[in-house]
Amino acid sequence: MIEDLSNGTTGPRGKLAVRGLDVFYRVEKPKKGQPGENQALKAVDLDVGVNEVLALIGPSGCGKSTFLRVLNRMNDTVPGARVAGSVTLDGEEILAPKYDVVGLRRRVGMVFQRPVAFPKSIFDNVAYGLRAHGLSEKRELEWRVQQALTRAALWDEVKDRLDANGLGLSGGQAQRLCIARALAVEPEVLLMDEPTSALDPIATAKLEELIAELREELTIVIVTHSMQQAGRVSQRTAFFYMGSLVEVGTTRDVFTRPREPRTEDYISGRFG
Amino acid sequence: MSTVTQLEATPVARKAGRAASFRRKSPAWHGLAEWGIRATALLAIAAIVLIFVFILKEALPILFDTHVRGEVSLMKMWLPQAWDGGPARFSWQPASEVPKYSLMPLVAGSLKVTLIALVISAPIAILAAVYTASIAPRRVREVLKPVVELLAGVPSVVLGVFALIVAGTWLQKLFGFEHRLNAVLAGCALSVTIVPLIFTIAEDAITAVPRDYVDASLALGATKMHTILRVVVPAAVPGIAAGIVLGFGRAIGETMIVVIASGNAALLDATLGHSTRTITATIAQEMGETVHGSPHYVVLFVLGATLLAFTFVTNLGAQRIVEHFRKKRGGT
Ligand SMILES: Nc1ncnc2c1ncn2[C@@H]1O[C@H](COP(=O)(O)OP(=O)(O)OP(=O)(O)O)[C@@H](O)[C@H]1O
Ligand SMILES: [Mg+2]
Repeated sequence: MIEDLSNGTTGPRGKLAVRGLDVFYRVEKPKKGQPGENQALKAVDLDVGVNEVLALIGPSGCGKSTFLRVLNRMNDTVPGARVAGSVTLDGEEILAPKYDVVGLRRRVGMVFQRPVAFPKSIFDNVAYGLRAHGLSEKRELEWRVQQALTRAALWDEVKDRLDANGLGLSGGQAQRLCIARALAVEPEVLLMDEPTSALDPIATAKLEELIAELREELTIVIVTHSMQQAGRVSQRTAFFYMGSLVEVGTTRDVFTRPREPRTEDYISGRFG
Repeated sequence: MSTVTQLEATPVARKAGRAASFRRKSPAWHGLAEWGIRATALLAIAAIVLIFVFILKEALPILFDTHVRGEVSLMKMWLPQAWDGGPARFSWQPASEVPKYSLMPLVAGSLKVTLIALVISAPIAILAAVYTASIAPRRVREVLKPVVELLAGVPSVVLGVFALIVAGTWLQKLFGFEHRLNAVLAGCALSVTIVPLIFTIAEDAITAVPRDYVDASLALGATKMHTILRVVVPAAVPGIAAGIVLGFGRAIGETMIVVIASGNAALLDATLGHSTRTITATIAQEMGETVHGSPHYVVLFVLGATLLAFTFVTNLGAQRIVEHFRKKRGGT
């Protein structure tokens, strides 16, 4: 796995470097003989380059979301979760206990697997992060909200009802709202957990275009269950299986000549 | 051979049989439960209606009974009267030579004490609920919640006596109140009974805010405090409002504490440090002295009906408010 990192498959400069990452979740009421913790990630080494799109694939429950949540310390909010190893962002250790987590999350944005609109107006939803960061100037807010909604391909649908409640949006619209919300604060890294799971083919295509466009400015890690999507949007692909990183390489290599039989089984199973 | 197959098949068959019999039985069972629930609901409604009917029946002579109307009427109760040739005023003196039955001093007294109690208890209860539900570590929460709720179990007569004997003097020294027993003292004692009520409901409402909201907010780089103030508390507002309204109903209906601690002088003024008399305290203290069917007796029932109307209207208003917030949130 480490060899992959040195053979030119990372971006020109590492943005994120993950080393020996273990993640444990607490087991509520373990049965006799059962360990009190369940290991969701085992000794994961993985780099993410600047301005690259890294796709994470693997069967359900293999730890993709867990991996994403480590990158902006969202596992801190899970009671009893324990993270060991090292993750650096621009060379800085982000797992250090004293690390400024709020600042980290401003730089590393996240779109969750389940879209959650706040019970606020559409405008306030998108402006939420900006306001949380202290922006209050109305013109600036309006402009940034429009930008973000346009990029997330939602502007045309909601421009006449920005005051309407975000909870009234459809599932796919809510997903795009969450993407706009994350984009509005202009993060350096964007973590996307199955961002197109609720989107129709047109919105999906638009989002994939957006990802290609965003790559100019930021680094993206995207979880997807669609091999085709991974092929379309990512430069590198990492395959997770039961908490371990099985294989990582250029997307073309992983899909056309996987080195690990497990990767091949998974990919061909999906394609076949 | 066939016996073996039969034996093997038995558990499965039995299982299937049980499932089938359960399925067959369930409609009857459901029907029974439904019927029981309906009967209970009807019984509760009937009880409330009967209470209403009883109070109204006892209060109605104010409109029709000539003997009663000779002394008092609804007009006289609600409008200022020039009792002894002096200027028109509101006065509650049912035992004087010319009995005076102005409701105003009592209504004002009830509202005064209740609002004081709410102003004290609502902020405390809400802050405590926010702290308990979203800031305190799990261990602290597990202790704090039952302890605050235990407060609700303190008998109101104990609180009243404590206010009468101890707290009255403290407050008078602290604020220099004119009367030792006054609206503020009663309001303070009342708030001890209301804090746990508002606290419990508000805490439940805050705890019920989906965890996803908190995660989404934190992931956008909002601080924990920002998340609590901008996402968690706003989402819990309907529940918190409901708690405050229930607190209002509890406070305006509470009797024992105000009988003991409010001073019971039917003064109509806005001074917080003055003795005050509430509707409930009046009914409790005067009902025993009245003659059944006398004007005074009827007036006390009019007072009771007024109290009922008050709580009814506020509850209705509260439902409107909660409904309004629900719609604003776009939820169901
Ligand atoms: N909050 C949690 N508490 C306890 N266990 C958890 C928690 N979140 C995830 N897990 C466990 O960790 C493992 C990895 O879960 P994770 O959500 O990362 O999988 P995933 O690869 O994202 O799956 P999917 O494709 O279904 O989203 C699973 O076994 C899951 O049960
Ligand atoms: Mg997942």
